[in-house]
Amino acid sequence: MTAIQTRRRPAKPASAANRIWDAGPLTKVVLAFALVLSAFPIYYMFIMATRTNDEALDTPPPLLPGGNLGDNVSRLLSTEDAHFATGLINSIIISTTVTVSVVLISTLAGFAFAKLKFRGSKILLGSILLTMMVPLQQMGIVPLYEMMVNLGWTGQIQAVILPFLVNGFGVFMMTQYTTQAVPDELVEAARVDGASTMRIYASVVLPAVRPGMAVLALLTFMQNWNEFMWPSIVLNPDNPVVQTSIAALNQAHGTDYVMLFTGTAASVLPLFVVFILFGRQIVGGLMEGAVKA
Amino acid sequence: MTLNIDTPAPARRPGPRRSSGRRATGRGGGGLTRFDLRATPYFLVSPYFLLFTLFGLFPLGYTLWASLHDWELGGDKTFLGIDNYVELIADDGFWNAVVNTVGIFVISTIPQLILALMLANALNKRIRGRLFFRLGILLPLVTSVVAVAVVFTQLYGRDYGMINWFLGFFGVEPIEWQNQSWTAWIAISTMIDWRWTGYNAIILLAAMQTIPKDLYEAASLDGASPRRQFWQITIPMLRPTLVFVVFISTIGGLTLFAEPVMFEGNPTMAGGATGQYQTVAMFIVKEAFRDFDMGYASAAAWMLFALILVGILINYSFTRRIGGNK
Repeated sequence: MTAIQTRRRPAKPASAANRIWDAGPLTKVVLAFALVLSAFPIYYMFIMATRTNDEALDTPPPLLPGGNLGDNVSRLLSTEDAHFATGLINSIIISTTVTVSVVLISTLAGFAFAKLKFRGSKILLGSILLTMMVPLQQMGIVPLYEMMVNLGWTGQIQAVILPFLVNGFGVFMMTQYTTQAVPDELVEAARVDGASTMRIYASVVLPAVRPGMAVLALLTFMQNWNEFMWPSIVLNPDNPVVQTSIAALNQAHGTDYVMLFTGTAASVLPLFVVFILFGRQIVGGLMEGAVKA
Repeated sequence: MTLNIDTPAPARRPGPRRSSGRRATGRGGGGLTRFDLRATPYFLVSPYFLLFTLFGLFPLGYTLWASLHDWELGGDKTFLGIDNYVELIADDGFWNAVVNTVGIFVISTIPQLILALMLANALNKRIRGRLFFRLGILLPLVTSVVAVAVVFTQLYGRDYGMINWFLGFFGVEPIEWQNQSWTAWIAISTMIDWRWTGYNAIILLAAMQTIPKDLYEAASLDGASPRRQFWQITIPMLRPTLVFVVFISTIGGLTLFAEPVMFEGNPTMAGGATGQYQTVAMFIVKEAFRDFDMGYASAAAWMLFALILVGILINYSFTRRIGGNK
């Protein structure tokens, strides 16, 4: 029962062997230092977003919030070259659409690979693992761009949505998750009761894999929110995503630090909201996925 | 031993409720049921494979085809055979990009793995507020690449950057970080490491928690020091996870794009005045969309794939050796 011991700290450590699991002062210093390093650039970014450019260049730099946030935000939104609000809305639409698609397609395929017997399933799953090694993004830019030109979709957001609708990692993750979250006996029992495969998917599998779906959804949303290379190629500056909008801002107003930092702060805010709401599940899901991988 | 991972463990459903009386109904469908069993699995995996063929496999093959041509967008396409590859192998600019990419990969990945191991080991101890610490070191992951690059580029600024200001206390003259390749590599590596070390630490921590504690108890009864236990028990037991982490880092590191582009601040894809931090991904985009030489860019894309395969092989044989000699 050693597992329980790490979870609930016993009042009195039973033995010397046990005591090595207590955090010593060095451990605490290391962790505190890591925490400060992790948080500082983010904190700095938000502080700068509330300051003026003169204050931003002070040495030492300001470490407490100022009162200039409103002005920075209104300048950010009215900057012609960046189309920041458009970028924000586009990113929300793109990331949401892709996330719904990836999660749905991955759960369907994951169920088939994990719980159904069919000819060629091993080879198909193996092929997915192999393609995870291929840098499809970089490899595909020339043909994908030509495809979007032929369809007349350059500059439009469907050009950024389509290539990301499926994702090998998603199928792999949901296969792993379904394998251990849904007992075989349960699937068999449903079969005996006369349920069709789709019925089993809807009423047995889906309820059981919901935590895995949540983690995949969060990871996919984050990944697409961060997409930079392909949008910067296929979209125009007047219809950007949030990342390319900041890049444009950086290029045209690179010395207007506080406005730039207001933009970057706004671009990470949606992710932070998600992280604060679901942080525990994200950590749990990441760790669970890691052990299974 | 997965009990001690505090995750929303998938709920174990109650066991099968077999009611022998209803057994017959399942077989009643006959042909329809057999069809369902045979065909539905393919129906379930088909959306993935359809879309993947269209947006993954087809572009891959098409890139290979394009790489054998002098390929202009919407213009002439002249067959060249392997000329693009021959030219690429003789192209100093390409090799410069390869050296930069591998250089940044090495100086970012090695410290990152060591730090992630240290952090995971620290997080594996019994400490108050574990979840708080875990969330804290994962925080950089949920920022965006471009935001990180903007903030760090400012921190690395020559005149007003906080890093030069800090180094000034130790008598270091202000550094123009973009100017030299090694300073630029270091700056870009810190952006990568800041964002990914915590993530890797969490993955390694998950694996550490599956190592049976009795192993450590037995070792300490035998008088093995904590340091010795770390090297003789923890590291060998972590090997599969290390392989996974290195695999992911290799792919991510060799396709590096956003950080160096933002570090430069303008989208020329040149990677500095003499290309001192131009990566292979930047080289591909530059050839394709600045110089409009799509065939050449396609050849470079296949070379990048070859580079990744070599990288994975080297890293795999290296990681395999870690802890192999217990």
